[in-house]
Amino acid sequence: MNRILTKRTLTQNVKLFEVEAPLIARKAKPGHFVILRFHEKGERIPITLAGSGPKRGTITIVFAEVGKSSTQLGNLEEGDEILNLLGPLGNPFPLDNYGTILCIGGGVFIGALIYHMKALKEAGNKIVAVLGSRGKKHLFFVEEAKEVADELYVTTDDGSAGLEGLVFLEDLLKERSFDHVFTIGPTSLQKEVSEMTRPHGIRTTVNLFPIMVDGMGMCGACRVTVGGETKFACVDGPDFDGHEVDFDELISRMRVYNPQEKIAMILYQRVV
Amino acid sequence: MAARGPQVEMPKQPPEERVDNFDEVAQGYTEEMAIEEALRCLTCPNPQCIKGCPVDIDIPGFIDLMKQGKFDEAIKEVKEKNALPAICGRVCPQESQCQKFCILGIKGDPIAIGRLERFVADWEQEHGVEVPGNPDNNGGKVAVVGAGPAGLTVAAELAKLGHDVTIFEALHNAGGVLTYGIPQFRLPKEIVQAEVNYVQKLGVTINLDAMIGKLYTISELFADGFDAVFIGSGAGLTRFLHVPGENLNGIYSANEFLIRTNLMRAYKFPEYDTPINVGKIVAVIGGGNVAMDSARSALRLGAEKVIIVYRRGREELPARLEEVENAEEEGVEFMLLNNPVRFKGDDLGRVKQMEVIRMELGEPDESGRRRPIPVEGSEYLIDVNTVVIAIGQTPNPIIQRTTEGLETTRWNTIVVDEETMQTSIEGVYAGGDIVSGTATVISAMGAGKKAAKAIHEYIFKKS
Repeated sequence: MNRILTKRTLTQNVKLFEVEAPLIARKAKPGHFVILRFHEKGERIPITLAGSGPKRGTITIVFAEVGKSSTQLGNLEEGDEILNLLGPLGNPFPLDNYGTILCIGGGVFIGALIYHMKALKEAGNKIVAVLGSRGKKHLFFVEEAKEVADELYVTTDDGSAGLEGLVFLEDLLKERSFDHVFTIGPTSLQKEVSEMTRPHGIRTTVNLFPIMVDGMGMCGACRVTVGGETKFACVDGPDFDGHEVDFDELISRMRVYNPQEKIAMILYQRVV
Repeated sequence: MAARGPQVEMPKQPPEERVDNFDEVAQGYTEEMAIEEALRCLTCPNPQCIKGCPVDIDIPGFIDLMKQGKFDEAIKEVKEKNALPAICGRVCPQESQCQKFCILGIKGDPIAIGRLERFVADWEQEHGVEVPGNPDNNGGKVAVVGAGPAGLTVAAELAKLGHDVTIFEALHNAGGVLTYGIPQFRLPKEIVQAEVNYVQKLGVTINLDAMIGKLYTISELFADGFDAVFIGSGAGLTRFLHVPGENLNGIYSANEFLIRTNLMRAYKFPEYDTPINVGKIVAVIGGGNVAMDSARSALRLGAEKVIIVYRRGREELPARLEEVENAEEEGVEFMLLNNPVRFKGDDLGRVKQMEVIRMELGEPDESGRRRPIPVEGSEYLIDVNTVVIAIGQTPNPIIQRTTEGLETTRWNTIVVDEETMQTSIEGVYAGGDIVSGTATVISAMGAGKKAAKAIHEYIFKKS
């Protein structure tokens, strides 16, 4: 059960697993996430799906090694089994033929972005894609994105590959007309994109990943204020209208265990 | 009537010690104590206690065997009717069920039936659990949604009748609220696991990490060859107050607070990976058993001051008296007739203060309890570092959303026939909190027993 069939290293700290999970695979759609746990004392880790192969009976996840749990997860090898794998959770993203759309993804979420883009392409959309990352060595899946997108922009925070920063987006949004914007990536990026599209009145769908525990509506850790109402990202989302999300509250809530995560990582590195 | 002395007291960890650990508070009877308490039973020819037991245990029967020191036979008698005795002996509200009807209770203490049930269940765990031989598999295939008290009971009953039962549990451990909700110090998870193991030994398969509604819909279960389905998915959805500031950091739902503590063992962080934040002053909003569990957990997690804030008075506290007393002994403070109206945070988005309003009690409402009415202009602020909101749960909606033709109430509970627990769909049964809203472990088990009987009959009629 839950055997890792393929492991790829995409950047120095981003890994891809293709996991044997036929029951999840036959139901998985872009926008869904899974929750996994790989040892008896482990936490429940939510990860957005980056692909599914119902025929092969597999799902694909792409994750960054940023703390103790994700680093340990990255140490698993092909053939290893993941102790607990629950999914597909959340709702599929709102797939439709919108026309010409802008898809903006950043960091580790480029994997999930391309999963979305493939479905959007199949639905008939014309896709202008933007891949963002901190720098050249953090970029991945550029070729895969090219295959799906009708037009592709690459941007890095430091300008080491493609364009520098998101300034060009302002011009793009002024000069061109888009029927819908999808953004998946670090919350700060999704916030920035939503702010940029707001004056143009372009519907912007964001994909949120607040802290979660059970992922099925029980705990409410993932509550997000959307349009003045409290929503649970796990059962009401994880996709929301970016113009309605209270991003500052979300970002503050996502940092609440930073001190503990640092301690856990330091203790872990001392042992390793 | 023969005169009887008071109940034999059960040893407990002293309050000053137990607030520093998660070990079980009540330590159980010794053999001598158990026999002494059993000997108090009058073995009435027309026993009233059984009337109060939702699963019809032959109470005088098992107590009579205990009088003779025949603990092995006594536990068999209990397990005839109840597959989860170590759990029930600990968490059933016996004072409002079997013990309420005990004749001795009219003039003095009723028999401590729960403590005796717990004793024989623990005695068996210690001396080796006997599993009845599996009957020939001559029945049907039954899917059970949720491995909580209702689901485990249905599964055990049907397995004993020869059916092939598979439980689908969404979390990574079985037990439902017994595992994620009720704390270790009241119901050790090892006890829950032992009784889950017993259900498995009866022949029941448990699939963990399997969420019905997502992985399979109910109709897909039938397509996969199941003859009947029981839904026991519980009241897992958390309720909030919907007042300003509720999403500040440091404000937890009781579900999150207890899931982190019990299921994920955050009290052992960093040995266990899941963290929890508990500040110096913790306010727990609500007055039920979940509020008491949260308050007592907060003390054990290191809080200096824990306050229960409840909008009605002491008489109206829905928690068991025993739990209120345990909390008080441990130093939990009670702010009765108060209700939060907003939370205020610091620059980092952490909760810092809570504004509460005083309440007074008016005429009884539909629940029969006196309605709390805010006293205008009585708002004031108190300092808090952590808040736990324990004002109840609502049914998990995922199955209702994905099952066409399933009749529900406006509270999103599932509508069933009270005798058979059958839903609006043939072959689909439901019980526990998904039907009743929020009730007790034992009433969920009682519903499970009723459903098992009906499912058994349904399958035989069908074939």
